[in-house]
Amino acid sequence: MTDTLLSFKDVEIVYKVGNMSIRATTGASFDVPRGAIVGLVGESGCGKTTLARAVTRVIADNAHIAHGQILFDGIDLVSLSDRDMNALRWRDIAFIPQSAMNSLDPVYTVEYQLHEVLRGRGGLSRIDARKRSKELFELVGIETNRLSDFPHQFSGGMRQRVAIALALALNPKLIIADEPVTALDVIVQRQILDQLRDLQQKLGISVILVTHDISVVAYICDRTVVMYAGQVMESSDTRAVLNEPYHPYTMGLKNAFPDIKSAGTGLLTPIEGSPPDLANPPPGCRFAPRCPFAEAICRAENPQPREIQPQHIVACHRSQEALQLRTEASKYETWQQIP
Amino acid sequence: MKTNAPINEPLIEVQDARLHYHVGGGLASMMGRSATVKAVDGVSFTLKRGESVGLLGESGCGKTSMGRLLVKLEEATGGTIKFDNQSIADLRGDELRTFRSRVQLIFQNPFDAINPRYTIRKSMSEPLSNARIPEGEWEGRIIAGLELVRLPDPVQYLDRFPHQLSGGQLQRVVMARALILQPEFVVADEPVSMLDVSVRAGVLNVFRDVRDRLNLSAIYISHDLALVRYVCERTIVMYLGRIMEDGTTEDIIREPLHPYTQALVAAVPVPSPDQSHEPLPIGRGAPDPRNPPSGCVFRDRCPKAFDRCAQEIPSKTRVGERDVACHLFSP
Amino acid sequence: MLKLVSNGIRSGFRSLRLPVGDPFAVAGLAIYATFLLAAIFADYIAPFDPTEILYSKDFTLAADLPPGTDGHILGTTSLGRDIFSQIVFGTRSALLVGASAAFMVALIGSIVGLLSGYFGGWVDIVLMRLADIAFGIPFLPFVIVLAAFLEPSIWNVVFAMALVLWRDTARVIRSQVLTLRSRGYVEAARVCGSSDLKIIWRHITPNILPLSFLYGSIAIGWAILTEASISFLGFGDPEAISWGYMLQDAFASQALSRQAYYWFVPPGVAIILVVSAGFFISRGYEAILFPKLDR
Repeated sequence: MTDTLLSFKDVEIVYKVGNMSIRATTGASFDVPRGAIVGLVGESGCGKTTLARAVTRVIADNAHIAHGQILFDGIDLVSLSDRDMNALRWRDIAFIPQSAMNSLDPVYTVEYQLHEVLRGRGGLSRIDARKRSKELFELVGIETNRLSDFPHQFSGGMRQRVAIALALALNPKLIIADEPVTALDVIVQRQILDQLRDLQQKLGISVILVTHDISVVAYICDRTVVMYAGQVMESSDTRAVLNEPYHPYTMGLKNAFPDIKSAGTGLLTPIEGSPPDLANPPPGCRFAPRCPFAEAICRAENPQPREIQPQHIVACHRSQEALQLRTEASKYETWQQIP
Repeated sequence: MKTNAPINEPLIEVQDARLHYHVGGGLASMMGRSATVKAVDGVSFTLKRGESVGLLGESGCGKTSMGRLLVKLEEATGGTIKFDNQSIADLRGDELRTFRSRVQLIFQNPFDAINPRYTIRKSMSEPLSNARIPEGEWEGRIIAGLELVRLPDPVQYLDRFPHQLSGGQLQRVVMARALILQPEFVVADEPVSMLDVSVRAGVLNVFRDVRDRLNLSAIYISHDLALVRYVCERTIVMYLGRIMEDGTTEDIIREPLHPYTQALVAAVPVPSPDQSHEPLPIGRGAPDPRNPPSGCVFRDRCPKAFDRCAQEIPSKTRVGERDVACHLFSP
Repeated sequence: MLKLVSNGIRSGFRSLRLPVGDPFAVAGLAIYATFLLAAIFADYIAPFDPTEILYSKDFTLAADLPPGTDGHILGTTSLGRDIFSQIVFGTRSALLVGASAAFMVALIGSIVGLLSGYFGGWVDIVLMRLADIAFGIPFLPFVIVLAAFLEPSIWNVVFAMALVLWRDTARVIRSQVLTLRSRGYVEAARVCGSSDLKIIWRHITPNILPLSFLYGSIAIGWAILTEASISFLGFGDPEAISWGYMLQDAFASQALSRQAYYWFVPPGVAIILVVSAGFFISRGYEAILFPKLDR
């Protein structure tokens, strides 16, 4: 039994829109260790949600995994039959979609919806399902007497906890959560994140947390994977990625997020421009058009991900100069002169 | 622009403002569910010319309702709101029109705030037409407005439709439209919360820049303390329709006095892996504006609540440069 | 000048948003167009005067002639009137009643819905109470009672519909207006000082027009059916040749027992075609207005 639970290897997902092919992700590779929380972070359209959904194959009808493997405990999920994939879903891998808290069926009690999973998929008897429902509510921190309530009687934060309980129902090894706290107020957000960490420690589950908010990643994730325009730009230990970034995009991301604990209100530095059109990506590095450090080679050749430090992968031609670039990147003017 | 009040008088004066809704009907009140939602329940503060004040709180705290009261999208059910020394409750006709050219609102969702059927030019000319500005001047003013929000080469946007612009661009247009008559006071209702995070910084920078250039007074509504800090020198913290704390943003972050503010500040995540993971000093549960606790509305989640909190609503106490509504500080 | 007119027509059509994508709707539009042309050019298309009692060459009553005899494409009635001519001229009263009734229903319903939804308060209460009263009135008996009081005329139906059938349109338009009122751009218009009238004209009306047309096209079918029912029951205008009148005539002349199918089939089919066309078009509008319903 290796240390790695899930492994993306060179995954390419293609959407067909009309007669155009859009590569939502290209050559995406990273590992999810057992019992770790991995943050998948990037702006909207970068492919993180598509990649996360590809694991349990809940991708759109016009999308398919054109290349690569997704290894779950050694099994390649891409080549699994629909039937076998279905067996894995919810039992081994659970997916919490964005706004899951808004997708609870309003006409059934939450207990009923838990039972749907526990008995329908899990085959538990009624008595066992009741017991398990109570356990689950205790795990996620909701009073068990609320099992007979309807979704609208819960606040947003509580509904999110219900969604987490549903995901945990059959003891999965892996939970994939897509923007689980984005719509929540900051206090509730913190409480949910604490809950997730608590569950990780208690149950040893792995979590892939998809988000655009780097502060969320900083708070809870053991490892961080930064994506841009469908590619993995940087991936490592969270501390390494945030404190010693090698990729200019990561450096820029940090600047766009305010840090209230730091002194002084410096100007927030946005990364000017917008992500490339994935139907016609630029020939070289996809970040080059917005990168203040882009050089000729960046525009010509798409950099391949390399292991620059142990367990630290980065896709950048100038990763050797990271130390210098970091200093430059912390200055506001650097990001103003995009070529 | 004519003003009534001398320069050092407050521009906005809110005294005990209330906005109560009646919800449900006979059946609901028969079942014992309270039929009044107290969105804003006794809010008082003042705003000086040129000041930027953040209205901070979580959902259900009444900040959006308060913002709407200030621009007269809702009528207060109690208390008074004065703009430039004049109560806004009875404004009619020409006076109301003047008010509307001096006070504006920047909306949260740019794609909802502009009519998708009309070009940018047409949408931006609506306030101009209302203020009876001669048509010949419109194009010039619209272009100037778009330049103000730093949209490069503004002429290209004039005949485009909203769906052809990105969120960030459209929000700038929304801002430009709000500012086109050069108002004195602007309420910004979470103007960047619907935008992609990478775009927010740009829009916020524009807001700050514009505010400084036009010497705008502003109320910035948000649940995000980091954003409020970026824009506002002063912050008002709201919870369940009431003000908990009112002071300079820096003071509130550095040393929050009210227990709710303390929890709020502790809860903000930062982009650094070395941050505290201590449990928050606040009880679980969600605020329900239909059934607020008696006395201090925060007491059922407050780690420091004591007897007096249930019996008496805390009034604002001056602590240094700040106002705090908490019995820990009440005399 | 021509450009202005064509622009005007084009934007008029655009705001109408004719449902040309749906094959049923297109068929419906084609049927309407055909009947419209028949109504306009009835004098040229119909070979005979529909009310004229005709005689055949041997001076007998040209009564009850089967289709195809002597230039009577669809035959003659028991009184010797050419059926085809009656059908053609019948399009006039059908379309007149249909169009006028539809227009009144759509107009009144839209205005009521607009005022009710936009202003709320006591305006809403009063108008919706009126709608409730209208809902309580059973339509066909009402028209009959009206016909009893007023002179028999095809306009009775229009009048009755204008009094009563605006209720559905009003309800639906009202809820659409309620939704629109809370849209950001409507609030933005209020905040930048636009008057209520301006807001209604600029922001609300364009969004409810397709809905008005939808309900209008449904109303056409109802109007024609009602007019036919009234005429069939004998409360219609005996001077006007309408399809309902033809059915009444057929019934009175015992068409079934005489197996004179050509007395009731043509008007029946005409009614079915026009009413169905109305519904197809309204279905086409529905698909435009609420695209998700299709899936």
